[in-house]
Amino acid sequence: MNTMLLFSSITRKVLMALAGLFLVTFLCVHLGINLMLLKDDGGRTFSEAATFMGTNPVIRVFEIVLFSGFLLHIAYGLLVSAQNRAARPSAYVCANSSDTSFMSKYMFHTGVIILLFLVLHFIDFYFIKIGLAAPPPGIDRHDFYHRSLLLFSNPGYSAIYIASFIVLGIHLNHAIQSAFQTLGLNHSRYMPAVKIIGTAYSVLTAAGFSLVPIVILLFK
Amino acid sequence: MTSLNAKIPDGPLAEKWTAYKSGCKLVNPNNKRKLDIIVVGTGLAGASAAASLGQLGYNVKVFCYQDTPRRAHSIAAQGGINAAKNYANDGDSAYRLFYDTIKGGDYRAREANVYRLAEVSNQIIDLCVAQGVPFAREYGGLLTNRSFGGAQVSRTFYARGQTGQQLLLGAYGALSRQIAEGNVTLYNRRDVLDMVLVDGKARGIIARNLVTGEIERHAAHAVVLANGGYGNVFFLSTNAMGSNVTPAWSAYRKGAMFANPSFTQIHPTCIPVHGDFQSKLTLMSESLRNDGRIWVPAKKKDVERLRHKDIKPADIPEEDRDYYLERRYPAFGNLVPRDVASRAAKERCDAGFGVGSTGMAVYLDFADAIKRKGHDTIDALYGNLFQMYEQIVAESPYETPMMIYPAVHYTMGGLWVDYELMTSIPGLYAIGECNFSDHGANRLGASALMQGLADGYFVLPYTIGNYLSAEIHTPRFDPSSSEFTIAADGVTDRLKRLMNTEGKESVDHFHRRLGKIMWEYCGMARNEHGLGEALYLITELRQEFSRGVRIPGGLNEYNPELEKACRVADFIDLGELMVRDALQRKESCGGHFREESQTSDGEALRNDDKFAFVGAWEYRGRDATAQLHREELQFNAIKLSQRSYK
Amino acid sequence: MNFTLKIWRQKSAAEKGGMVSYDVSEISSDSSFFEMLDTLNKTLIDSGGDPVAFDHDCREGICGTCSLYINGRPHGPVKGVTTCQLHMRSFKDGETIHIEPWRAKAFPVIKDLIVDRSALDRVIQAGGYVSINTGGIPDANTIPVPKERSDAAFDAATCIGCGACVAACSNAAAMLFIGAKVSHLALLPQGEAEASRRVQKMVACMDELGFGNCSNTYACEAECPKGISVVNIARMNRGFLGAKLLSEKEKAIRDSL
Repeated sequence: MNTMLLFSSITRKVLMALAGLFLVTFLCVHLGINLMLLKDDGGRTFSEAATFMGTNPVIRVFEIVLFSGFLLHIAYGLLVSAQNRAARPSAYVCANSSDTSFMSKYMFHTGVIILLFLVLHFIDFYFIKIGLAAPPPGIDRHDFYHRSLLLFSNPGYSAIYIASFIVLGIHLNHAIQSAFQTLGLNHSRYMPAVKIIGTAYSVLTAAGFSLVPIVILLFK
Repeated sequence: MTSLNAKIPDGPLAEKWTAYKSGCKLVNPNNKRKLDIIVVGTGLAGASAAASLGQLGYNVKVFCYQDTPRRAHSIAAQGGINAAKNYANDGDSAYRLFYDTIKGGDYRAREANVYRLAEVSNQIIDLCVAQGVPFAREYGGLLTNRSFGGAQVSRTFYARGQTGQQLLLGAYGALSRQIAEGNVTLYNRRDVLDMVLVDGKARGIIARNLVTGEIERHAAHAVVLANGGYGNVFFLSTNAMGSNVTPAWSAYRKGAMFANPSFTQIHPTCIPVHGDFQSKLTLMSESLRNDGRIWVPAKKKDVERLRHKDIKPADIPEEDRDYYLERRYPAFGNLVPRDVASRAAKERCDAGFGVGSTGMAVYLDFADAIKRKGHDTIDALYGNLFQMYEQIVAESPYETPMMIYPAVHYTMGGLWVDYELMTSIPGLYAIGECNFSDHGANRLGASALMQGLADGYFVLPYTIGNYLSAEIHTPRFDPSSSEFTIAADGVTDRLKRLMNTEGKESVDHFHRRLGKIMWEYCGMARNEHGLGEALYLITELRQEFSRGVRIPGGLNEYNPELEKACRVADFIDLGELMVRDALQRKESCGGHFREESQTSDGEALRNDDKFAFVGAWEYRGRDATAQLHREELQFNAIKLSQRSYK
Repeated sequence: MNFTLKIWRQKSAAEKGGMVSYDVSEISSDSSFFEMLDTLNKTLIDSGGDPVAFDHDCREGICGTCSLYINGRPHGPVKGVTTCQLHMRSFKDGETIHIEPWRAKAFPVIKDLIVDRSALDRVIQAGGYVSINTGGIPDANTIPVPKERSDAAFDAATCIGCGACVAACSNAAAMLFIGAKVSHLALLPQGEAEASRRVQKMVACMDELGFGNCSNTYACEAECPKGISVVNIARMNRGFLGAKLLSEKEKAIRDSL
């Protein structure tokens, strides 16, 4: 079974962790660009950044790496979860009430929600950009600024968006320190700091991404 | 009549083992592969023997009743393991360890065996450290020692309060390696119910697969018993629930002699019995006596008030407390040997000064030590023991004195073995607690682990070769031969008889009753009258058991009640032999205290003129009384003296 | 005290099992959990029933034989103790107590509450030892070991092999059990020599036996009766990565992977 999967359980987890940490840094870049939406210059800064991201060859190469990261993280996430399920074929009658962080047990569930959001996100932006879908009338294929304003002015969409990022925050909160543990970087002196930074990062990320629709809904 | 020849090598005491090793016959590596050895038990002795024999190249089959070898009850030993390393530079030597062990055993052990034990003790430490046993260390990185059980030198190596666990896991690791390499085959969840003899030599065993109930036959060129002690004959003991005498007892019934069965060690510091439903006694490490002071109230009126919870122990002023060990034994105080401390506790409780709800407990008080050394120091030394006590009793030893009472802990008696650890059946060996050889009438603290590992790692691998060298032409045995069939059928019949007893009472009911008889009449103090009474009661119990036991379930399935029934049936027979042995030994020595043999101030009185022998019992059939054989003990290196701790 | 017990009964590995309800009464609060079950079994035997089978041996919290998943937690509600050290005073009078066997693919049920944990033996056989022979060992004090390392090794070595970590883990992973053994031996100079080989072989064996993957929920640490830390898992991961990335591949290891 092991040779079929190429890697041992720990290696698979390590690859997932590395891919995850890479995605975490990507989020930071993405958030930075998103926040430019809020700059009151009719979307000039935002569009410049978006164009840069869309045309710079280095970024384009990274886009491939990024996609691979997503695919790896998701594929291994599904695989590992399937294995975990198989490791306990008959469930307990009485649900586990061990003293653990509640959300850490729902990484698969939060992951799936994030994946669904990602699909939605792709449909709304990426597919249009690469020409797989038609843009809404009156908005250019490359005009992400107006496209965003339009979407976020829909309270339902914004609610889904914000909820997704709360879920992402929860996912990240466990994921960051978990990645350090998986990589073997659990040290009595530094681990508390890793946990604090991880939690802060997840809260800031969720809050930052949510800020954009909130501001647009309330003030634009 | 079988003669008892201990086969002690000639020469000066200190050179006997070296001389033996130089002279004993060896088996060529190619021939070892053709020789099968069965090892019963996976405690320190069994696991170390199986691993070492497998490493030598023999084909080893190892059996345990537990689900894995790592669970054997050696794991529960807390205190430590002795070795004559003299790391402490306090004058220790192999001779001194030998001397202390012989003296501690009240001069009822064989000099040559004990000297060998002391001699190989150092190698055990070297090996265990190399296996990764995390013994306590100094900041400089070297090993540290403590004084244990009143020894005058610091020779005890320890791993917090879990020395037995760490040593066993070391041996289990070594065993696992041999299993992985294919030299040893593990048979777990098996009860070994009988020995098979072919032409008078041990050639195999009959085992029951505890999961399927299948009766299995296993043949070998030699059989090694390492099934531990028989303290569970008392029902309540510090032994594991499954600890039993059955393999050794089946060997006894096949002709192996059983030596000194009445020598049992009652450990002074156990958590007292608290109710009828109790199944097990828990030991608190002897190391507690290094700092705790043992006392009972000096006035009966305080005993009453304590029992009615009118006062707390701390309310009793210093002058109204009886620190009876310090009073009686000013030189050793609270650190007197186990047998002495246990009897003193019993004496106070019998006199009506006992504390606790049953009046069968004494205080072990840490208030002074906490005051003197500070809470943190005491916590570092005994924290885990205090926690364990609090978990069981729901009282904190930091706040109120611990309550302790003696409990059955170790059995010095066991299968008689010669210098080569062979029983009186050729090819049948007994090692560790299940033999009688090294502790005489009383075992010193931290020497059980030493003996188990010495036998398994460093003695048996030499001595068994001396026997097997003559067996290289013996082909593998066919377990379908008539000897095996007769033995297997015998076991099946016995099991069927037990299953078909249409009684009313559970096995535990009889076991409890046996335990009460043994504790009452063959426990810490014994006398002619009581032992006679015990014989009568045991005979009666045996009859009631054979008519009145009820075993649910079936033969061919997982049936814990059937397992227990086999064990208890053997315990009943063993109990009788223990009583007979206690009756014949009309002296007090070590753990065996005959009330008829004491000094005017109540101390044990040994009788070397008449009883300086090993009492080995020969089985004479179901309905005949066992016959006593004497192996006279020769003391050449040591002068016998009356133990005194005053 | 009185209790209602809901206990998993299963005649054998081949048959289906289910929860069965029993009432026990007049239980002393000082009695241990097993003494309470002894009482139930006595009643069952006396009335001609089949007693509940459960694993137990030393009854002092060190042998690791006992198991039981009590009210959703391995070894019951009290932290840091095994089931045999659990006392009825830790429960409320009249409480309903659910008792189930450990559940994992690697731990098949034998009968009632008894499971087969030989998978843990197999993992140890894959390399949970120092490959030295009896005999020819240099003096124990030849190699000094820093006390801190020795103490950390001891902390890992206190594992009793009960399998509570596997039972508690939402993925039935055995990472704490293996991490503890790998750490114990890797921390000591005596075990360091073959640390890289050991960790690879043990992990390969663990994967083969069908244990789940670690998702760092740390339920194992929370339920370990000996309080063994997940730091040991990180240490194993680190050792494993190092071994995979840096060490030359030995043929023996390659064959076993």
